Amino acid sequence: MAGIPHDHYEPVTGAEKWLHRRLPIVGLLYDTLMIPTPKNLNWMWIWGIVLTFCLVLQIATGIVLAMHYTPNVDMAFASIEHIMRNVNGGHMLRYLHMNGASLFFIAVYAHIFRGLYYGSYKEPREVTWIIGVLIFVLMMGTAFMGYVLPWGQMSFWGATVITGLFGAIPFIGESIQTWLLGGPAVDNATLNRFFSLHYLLPFVIAALVAVHIWAFHTTGNNNPTGVEVRRGSKEEAKKDTVPFWPYYVIKDLFALAVILAVFFAIVGFMPNYLGHPDNYIEANPLATPAHIVPEWYFLPFYAILRAFTGDVWVVIIANWVTGGIVDAKFFGVMAMFGAIAAMALAPWLDTSSVRSGKYRPQFKWWFWLLVIDFFVLMWLGAMPAEEPYATFSLIASAYWFGYFFVILPLLGVMEKPLPVPDTIEEDFDHHYPPKGEGSGAAAPTPAE
Amino acid sequence: MIRKIALSAALALGVAGQVNAAGGEAHVHDFAFSFEGPFGTYDTMQLQRGLQVYTEICAACHGLQYVPIRTLADEGGPHLPEDQVRAYAEFYEVFDPELDDFRPAKPTDHFPGSQLENAPDLSLMAKKRAGFHGPYGLGINQFLKGMGGPEYIATLLTSYEEPPECAADAEIEGSYNKAFTAGGIPESCMDEHGHSKIEGSWIAMGQPLYGDDVEFEDGSSTELEAIAQDVSAFLMWTAEPKLNARKEAGFIAVLFLIVLSVLLYLTNKRIWAPIKRKDVHPAE
Repeated sequence: MAGIPHDHYEPVTGAEKWLHRRLPIVGLLYDTLMIPTPKNLNWMWIWGIVLTFCLVLQIATGIVLAMHYTPNVDMAFASIEHIMRNVNGGHMLRYLHMNGASLFFIAVYAHIFRGLYYGSYKEPREVTWIIGVLIFVLMMGTAFMGYVLPWGQMSFWGATVITGLFGAIPFIGESIQTWLLGGPAVDNATLNRFFSLHYLLPFVIAALVAVHIWAFHTTGNNNPTGVEVRRGSKEEAKKDTVPFWPYYVIKDLFALAVILAVFFAIVGFMPNYLGHPDNYIEANPLATPAHIVPEWYFLPFYAILRAFTGDVWVVIIANWVTGGIVDAKFFGVMAMFGAIAAMALAPWLDTSSVRSGKYRPQFKWWFWLLVIDFFVLMWLGAMPAEEPYATFSLIASAYWFGYFFVILPLLGVMEKPLPVPDTIEEDFDHHYPPKGEGSGAAAPTPAE
Repeated sequence: MIRKIALSAALALGVAGQVNAAGGEAHVHDFAFSFEGPFGTYDTMQLQRGLQVYTEICAACHGLQYVPIRTLADEGGPHLPEDQVRAYAEFYEVFDPELDDFRPAKPTDHFPGSQLENAPDLSLMAKKRAGFHGPYGLGINQFLKGMGGPEYIATLLTSYEEPPECAADAEIEGSYNKAFTAGGIPESCMDEHGHSKIEGSWIAMGQPLYGDDVEFEDGSSTELEAIAQDVSAFLMWTAEPKLNARKEAGFIAVLFLIVLSVLLYLTNKRIWAPIKRKDVHPAE
């Protein structure tokens, strides 16, 4: 397997050799755990572990919740209350699962923006990046379908609005919508299939996570300098890296513990803060809520969806050019999915030869503007569809696309990057200067 | 950003088919409940008083369909003795499909549902009315002041007033309530844009509490504001019966994770020290 040269697992005992000849699974685990990792990774490289934890948490709590939940329109809402009241520890399980989704998305957004800033998407990590975007899309699908399961008002109306988006596809939209819902409207068939898929998709995500990790273990991790680990020899590689265990395992676990302390404070003290209170009202197809608002993690993309109304000139042009096939609704749907697709295309849209944003003086400004833009979109997604929010949404959406399709390609040509260190070692030594000469091998004093 | 006004939610309470909904955010009084904050727990005596108010007044129209009667004996709830719970259950009649007839309720039964078509079930009221407050829909009042559904319920119960002058000649069903914004208002109380000129709107529920509606054995205050808070606290319990247990679990988890964080921090510092060429100072 390609990768950074390092010491591989050698079976020692007879039993190890016996197994290794037949299934080198211990070797695989060893190589995964001991993988050489750039020694200059900063605190933004902890989100991968947090995300892995979230996936395990959601699957573990979800499996138990599924034992007590009933996917039927007449019983779903009551079965959630049954979990909250009668199942041992059920209220904690459900609140962990509910807020676990939020933690999952906080972590994934941090992870994505980390990648965008340090150029983790660039050659040769495009496949890692694309799989990451795919995982993100599946996460959104899973979270959306999971939110429908309690069968509250927001569950029902959220499902109605979002599946309605597919109805906007010209010609085949209505058939697709009916196919997705299992009927003309959100009903028992919808709830059943959403439950089934909500249970299935996390395992698809888990498989993709394995591929995601396989991909970046092949290319090696990116790092804050964006400089590749030297691969000429094991000795050279060792100067740039440390083994994942114990250095990053302990560091990541520390970060995870801190994050979980905050997470459990939210679960324990304000578990409904991030949710919409309307979801404690049982779904009622006859009463439409005044504002249908998705969960917070969908808001930026929801804002983009709503931004392109019929009076926006690009929409008018698209409508005219396509002879009316592309209407405002379909345009909005395309914009929403396009906003995610734009991220997936980043490896080819970014023309800069320098990988890390750390050495790109102009890029930094545009990047932080994108981060602000993301939060502005999130706020706008929660606001009613009226002025001045509509105009703001349009500007903020335009910047999102502008960043990927205009700024990233142009900056690579126009920007003059700062000098990049030759090696990771050089960058590391700059932060932690070596002491004197010949003391490189100085071991720490033991604690005794 | 998440906390949108849940006005729509109040549709069930609303005056159906009325003129424009008034909209907007009403002032909700920040009552101090014992269960607010990370360490707040239910006041058992208050829950028992609230149960009495619910039983004697609310239960005439409303129900608590998700609440098993036996949970009245739970610790962290009203904590009634078992025999009292059994006696209490018999106040209610429930339909038994096996007998194909009504029979007195047992502790294992749930409270009956609502008696009236337009009286919403109260089991989850304190949680479904938790998102009405701002500022700017950011839920800051909830975060900093611990405001939520119980505050809204108590405010609603104490906000029945004489209708404003603009409605003097209007024919409108229901009662005027200053804190209820999801109901109808007469056209005479709207400006030329159809916006409301008054606080609150008309609610289908007549004023349920006036003060001195109940008599407490322990001699607690029966003033309107006191009993409104008692019944609100009780409804918070019906909506979130495991609040005490949840906060305890949260507290233990946070404490454990803080200790774990400190240990992992020190471990991390130590194992990285040689890599970062830092001196490790042994203990002492």
